[in-house]
Amino acid sequence: MRTFAYSRADSVDHAAHRTMPDTAFVAGGTTLLDLIKLDVLKPENVVDINALPLKRVERLNDGRLKIGALVTNTDLAHHPEVKSHYPVLSEALLAGASTQLRNMATTAGNVMQRTRCPYYRDPAAKCNRREPGSGCDAMDGINRMHAVLGGSDACIAVHPSDMCVGIAAIGATLTLQGPDGEREVDFADFHRLPGDTPHIEHDLADGELITAITLDAPLENAGSHYLKLRDRASYEFALASCAAQLVLDGDTIREARLALGGVATKPWRCSDAEAALVGQTADKTSFERAADIALKDAQAREHNGYKIPLARQAIVRALRNAARGDKPASETQESQA
Amino acid sequence: MDDSVHSRPRVPETLGTQTLNFTLNGEPRTLEVAPNAVLLDVLREQLGLGGTKKGCDHGQCGACTVHVDGQAMNSCLRLAVMCEGQQVTTVEGLARDGELHPVQQNFLECDAYQCGYCTPGQMMSATALLNDERIGTDDASVKEAMSGNICRCGAYKNIVEAIQRSRAQLGYDATRKEGAA
Repeated sequence: MRTFAYSRADSVDHAAHRTMPDTAFVAGGTTLLDLIKLDVLKPENVVDINALPLKRVERLNDGRLKIGALVTNTDLAHHPEVKSHYPVLSEALLAGASTQLRNMATTAGNVMQRTRCPYYRDPAAKCNRREPGSGCDAMDGINRMHAVLGGSDACIAVHPSDMCVGIAAIGATLTLQGPDGEREVDFADFHRLPGDTPHIEHDLADGELITAITLDAPLENAGSHYLKLRDRASYEFALASCAAQLVLDGDTIREARLALGGVATKPWRCSDAEAALVGQTADKTSFERAADIALKDAQAREHNGYKIPLARQAIVRALRNAARGDKPASETQESQA
Repeated sequence: MDDSVHSRPRVPETLGTQTLNFTLNGEPRTLEVAPNAVLLDVLREQLGLGGTKKGCDHGQCGACTVHVDGQAMNSCLRLAVMCEGQQVTTVEGLARDGELHPVQQNFLECDAYQCGYCTPGQMMSATALLNDERIGTDDASVKEAMSGNICRCGAYKNIVEAIQRSRAQLGYDATRKEGAA
């Protein structure tokens, strides 16, 4: 493995004021070390931020939940506030990776994880995300796992996170600390679409550090579900996933939140489909219509066309379960098929 | 320059080494390690503890699983220097006073392996999940919690049996459970 200098940050200010070039922060290390070993990421300086006081989960007076950047995926999934008020996030977290990786991975690290596109991970392949202007071997290569939403001529790599799909369906704000102080960014705006610049993946500037993610106040009386469809029942990335929240008044939908994973270049909030659900009866017809709206701009390449009907079914089933407000055992089995 | 799997971790002269103080299998240790030395490589090459296995080296197989402060982690994705002040337990730390840990004994008795390469990682995940109250006790929960440990021989059925048999035994012996790291 290539060499780098290692140091520990002892305060957020200290970390955010690093002006050294090619610096990478390390928290869990599950993405960073993986990609350094592959020679995809090449930091000259690695700054360990694990000693920073960013491990709290705190309910704010306005009902929102502030999650420290270093809270592990395991601890967040099992946190009482998350389990009772944001079960869709707990489900999404536990659907991701493995026990070991969730024990290591942090909340901000999960947001910052890189795509699993095999061409991105292979320095011998052409990849505009890894090496701007070099081309994209996924376009006409083996693109079964690639995105059908949010892609461009330059890149169709999927954002791999489950957690981020749950957060997208909740709504959140990121707190960033940089050399010039603190700023906040809407979670929906943090990840960038690839466009002509797939190497610019997010809104984080040099020297900036994510210090917290604050979830919007929970939807009162919402039913929710995170449905993940994949090649094997556990420890596998999504082919398609859906996070859904519904608030019902009788059979009428009062509020809807919908986000997709596994099919898009960033965590994919389906705002148009949400708007189309409000005021409708919570039934299959409404859910199918919402799914069609969510996928109306989907574009497939040679091997990933199956993702469009798969995502459509994921939306319909996640909404159905959210409307039920519970998850019958048969559905759990079905979701693992 | 020797980059083979069997070489000792390369210590770049320009970057020097860093002092690492941690507890390994209950013993306080002080080591000089390269800043880019991965915990797995330090355990195997620098400390001669070959029980922890290198499978994929990318967090995909679980053969390298150890406990860090009691939690199962992939030692291939952790810098050794990140373990400063922490308690690391490897498969070599499971047996006590020459007596196998119940999980080890039950892996033997249940025939929970063929080639054995994934077995240390499987047993480290198993001992961690038996001590974790957040993980359900039914077979489905055990399978889910163990899914980060791949077994190409396909010994999964017997692995679940060994874990559940250990759970039943450990339930009668809380002292032993505490000692399970």
